[in-house]
Amino acid sequence: MRSDIMFIILGMGIVTYIPRMLPLTVFHRINLPPFWRGVLRNVPYATLGALIIPGIFLIQDDPWFGILGFVSAVLASWLGANVMIVVFVCVLVLTVYTML
Amino acid sequence: MFRHGVKAGIAIAIGYAPVALTFGLLAKSTGLSIIETTLMSMIVFAGAAQYISLNLLSLGTGAFEIIFTTFILNIRHFLMSASLNEKAEHDALWKKALYAFGITDETFSVAAMKEGSVCASYMFGLIFISYSSWVVNSAIGHIVGAYLPENVQLSLSVALYAMFVGLLVPAIKTERKALWLAVSAGLINCTLLLWLHVPKGWAIVIATILSAIFVQWAMERREGTTYAQ
Repeated sequence: MRSDIMFIILGMGIVTYIPRMLPLTVFHRINLPPFWRGVLRNVPYATLGALIIPGIFLIQDDPWFGILGFVSAVLASWLGANVMIVVFVCVLVLTVYTML
Repeated sequence: MFRHGVKAGIAIAIGYAPVALTFGLLAKSTGLSIIETTLMSMIVFAGAAQYISLNLLSLGTGAFEIIFTTFILNIRHFLMSASLNEKAEHDALWKKALYAFGITDETFSVAAMKEGSVCASYMFGLIFISYSSWVVNSAIGHIVGAYLPENVQLSLSVALYAMFVGLLVPAIKTERKALWLAVSAGLINCTLLLWLHVPKGWAIVIATILSAIFVQWAMERREGTTYAQ
């Protein structure tokens, strides 16, 4: 183990932990106005949108790979499949696609 | 509740496996030992930042720059943690400080989409299985490399995105607002990333904040006018 690598790993760990930890431990008694509470409740849906788009379409150079993955995941979950099944269906569809 | 968390985390654990295996493999080819590789996954537990750090290490980038890049990339967890805090039960502070370590894009998304509040033991279960998969598969990736057939590896790279879609669509079916939030955040994110070349970590933060504020503002305005009539 090299000390410079260990220094980098520890530093990365600390700067990653601090943003994760501060709101949960320090904000817990702060009373936000209703508007900002609403904004924070919106965050999960907005985050999911930003995590999916455009990422899923850029996994492969072939744009159809992402489009096919996106459509099959949306269809599966729209039809009521739970998250596990959605993942399974999507991976299966793309495995077949890459074999074609 | 711990078991509920573990169950909810299985999809994450499966999605993490190929990403962590690949990380292990890349870490090996970058010249990290198995101990360094496993320790990085244990201490940092943030996929994108770990991948980029390998890239920077191979370019001979300095420690400060690598750590700073990690910070910029992971500042988005601040927003997620603040949002999760809104639905977190009042557990002992040390418990919240402990599970805060395990907040990633994926664990946050699953916890945020759960109905009702989230307690510490649920979070511990959720994070336990996701973290185990991440750490163990990083080590395995370093040892055996990627033995999966190439086309399976390729299609597995979509797993985490499929999970995000699987979490979002049910919410959209029950609440139209979720659709506006997701679509507007996605479009803003595209503009920032592809057009303005904003770094990925910041692009997600800015897109999320702008969309969350704008949709909230638009909704309250509309409700306001309805009351006025």
